[in-house]
Amino acid sequence: MKRGFALKRDWIHGWLLLLPAMVFLFAFTHIPAVTTFLNSFFSTPRGRRPAKFIGLSNYERMLDDPVFWKVLWNNVWFAFGTIPASVGLAIVMALWVNDRLAGRSFVRMAYFTPTVLPLIAVANIWLFFYTPGFGLVDQITGALFGWPASNYLGNPDTALNAIIVVTVWKEAGFFMIFYLAALQAIPVTLKEAAQIEGAGRWTVFWRITFPLLMPTTLFVCVNAVINSFRLVDHIFILTDGGPDNASALLLFYIYEVAFRFWETAYGATLTVALLVLLSLLAIGQFFFFDRKVHYK
Amino acid sequence: MTSAPHIPGPKTPGAGKPIVLEQVSRTWGETVAVDALSIEIPAGSFTALLGPSGCGKSTTLRMIAGLETVSSGRILIGGEDVTGQPSAKRDLSMVFQSYALFPHLNVGENIVFGLKVRRVGRAERDRRLARVADLLGLGQLLERKPGQLSGGQQQRVALGRAIIGEKPICLMDEPLSNLDAKLRHEMRVEIRALQQQLGFTMVYVTHDQVEAITMADQVVLLNGGRLEQVASPRDLYEKPATPFAARFIGTPPMNLFPANAFRKLCTAPDFKLGLRPEAMHLEDGGPVNAAVRAVEYLGADVLADCEVAGTSFQVRLPANRAFTPGQSVQLGFSPDALHVFDADTGCRRDDLISEFGALLRS
Repeated sequence: MKRGFALKRDWIHGWLLLLPAMVFLFAFTHIPAVTTFLNSFFSTPRGRRPAKFIGLSNYERMLDDPVFWKVLWNNVWFAFGTIPASVGLAIVMALWVNDRLAGRSFVRMAYFTPTVLPLIAVANIWLFFYTPGFGLVDQITGALFGWPASNYLGNPDTALNAIIVVTVWKEAGFFMIFYLAALQAIPVTLKEAAQIEGAGRWTVFWRITFPLLMPTTLFVCVNAVINSFRLVDHIFILTDGGPDNASALLLFYIYEVAFRFWETAYGATLTVALLVLLSLLAIGQFFFFDRKVHYK
Repeated sequence: MTSAPHIPGPKTPGAGKPIVLEQVSRTWGETVAVDALSIEIPAGSFTALLGPSGCGKSTTLRMIAGLETVSSGRILIGGEDVTGQPSAKRDLSMVFQSYALFPHLNVGENIVFGLKVRRVGRAERDRRLARVADLLGLGQLLERKPGQLSGGQQQRVALGRAIIGEKPICLMDEPLSNLDAKLRHEMRVEIRALQQQLGFTMVYVTHDQVEAITMADQVVLLNGGRLEQVASPRDLYEKPATPFAARFIGTPPMNLFPANAFRKLCTAPDFKLGLRPEAMHLEDGGPVNAAVRAVEYLGADVLADCEVAGTSFQVRLPANRAFTPGQSVQLGFSPDALHVFDADTGCRRDDLISEFGALLRS
């Protein structure tokens, strides 16, 4: 009897300790997720018309929506444009600032600055860089190659690529920090042992350093994939999704549908699609990488 | 012909290369790690670099390996100046204190890493790997990752990686310091046997005088970045060149007395006299009249802390007699067990030993 009481008290303590975090997790993550999922089966409530159950029609609409396919394709292209470039750049920068060089901490800080700056502010700076005629990019290409002024953000062919460049610039420094930490965790003697065995810098990198960075690469890649679906702030500033949805990404489209057009039910449907996509990608990555990653 | 395994390769086994250091120094700003060190390491010999921590022995080894740049002086391997050469060009192998095994590669891949880098053909690689695995008893472990091995097994893998390339020189940086005492003894014997079988030149860094004395042909004793003495283990023990060498070799260390600790020598105050604890014995009417301060029972014998004329020293005495602190004992020694050092220069004075010995015994 007494023991049961003590056990119960332990339980209460445990739950009380868990409670604050749980409240926030449920309020802002789990309940909205479930509500979103439920809403995707209802129509959008308008004025006196309450939401009514319409089954899968929202999903049918989504599959027939050319804009959905367009932004999805944009997002795939955006992911392929940003992830390898930013991860590769991050490794190169980390190797560079991990070496002994003058002003190393300054360079490290400089590389990390884009991460610290708010994306909205950064996007405004880049907006100036891309300004047709007298923007930095046009000034450089004009002076070096004599190219005519071009509107990178206003042209459907280049708008998304221009945004990819900004994103790579923004993300590479962030990923660099992870690689830098991982590089410093690799014992120097491994490199020395390889050197004595006759390995050059290139061999040391491909045979020793890169394989030992794989856990970091997995972590960074998962983050990069999530970010490529999550980062939309700069699109608002740079292109507002235009021209003709050429630079709209899935999340941006969700925002437009839900909060500009107030089609909340359809927005919920698109959100479910995004969540499913992200979960599949994350699971897939872990399975794909797991065989190739050596954990200590 | 012994059963030394012949590992096929371009070089014949037994072809070690000599190493010569000429006035080699390494400085970091004001700090002098190695100070104008000149050593000759004969081809095919086992040379131990011995000294207390911070004496520059590892730095010296790393300079030979090419992992550390030389501030001044020259390093010659096989008569060729390699001072500015990268490690890869020096044709040597090395075993690190931490073993430096590649954690993502299995044992076999670790061992053949160097061969792969040098693009040795697969058949040749497999043949050599089989030989080395057989030699070191690693046959069952080739598929394992280093993380799944015990310390002793990791040590063997590191050895395997060092010997598979059949380099004329092998460098080892305190390779046994992470092993327990029993395993350390086994590996000592094994490494020594391996070196003699394969005939390469071995440079072995250690702070453990027992390792140096038991394994090496030649011991290089360093202290504070300077050369203290180069000698065979026997000479180092029997004729230490300096008081430092005398105290560093042998456990417990040699006792050093100022000459005026003995009444019969009070006319010669500028010398230090050395006597090993095991060189003294009980002798009624002996020249050393000491008071016992503490006694340590070691089983086979006892180690007594004694004092004579304000100088404390240790002596190894037979365990069959009981000693109590406070007791006074009379000790003797044979005259040739005496070591004499100049108190100012620290030099050994062999010329004075017989004279002082006779004086003390008189």
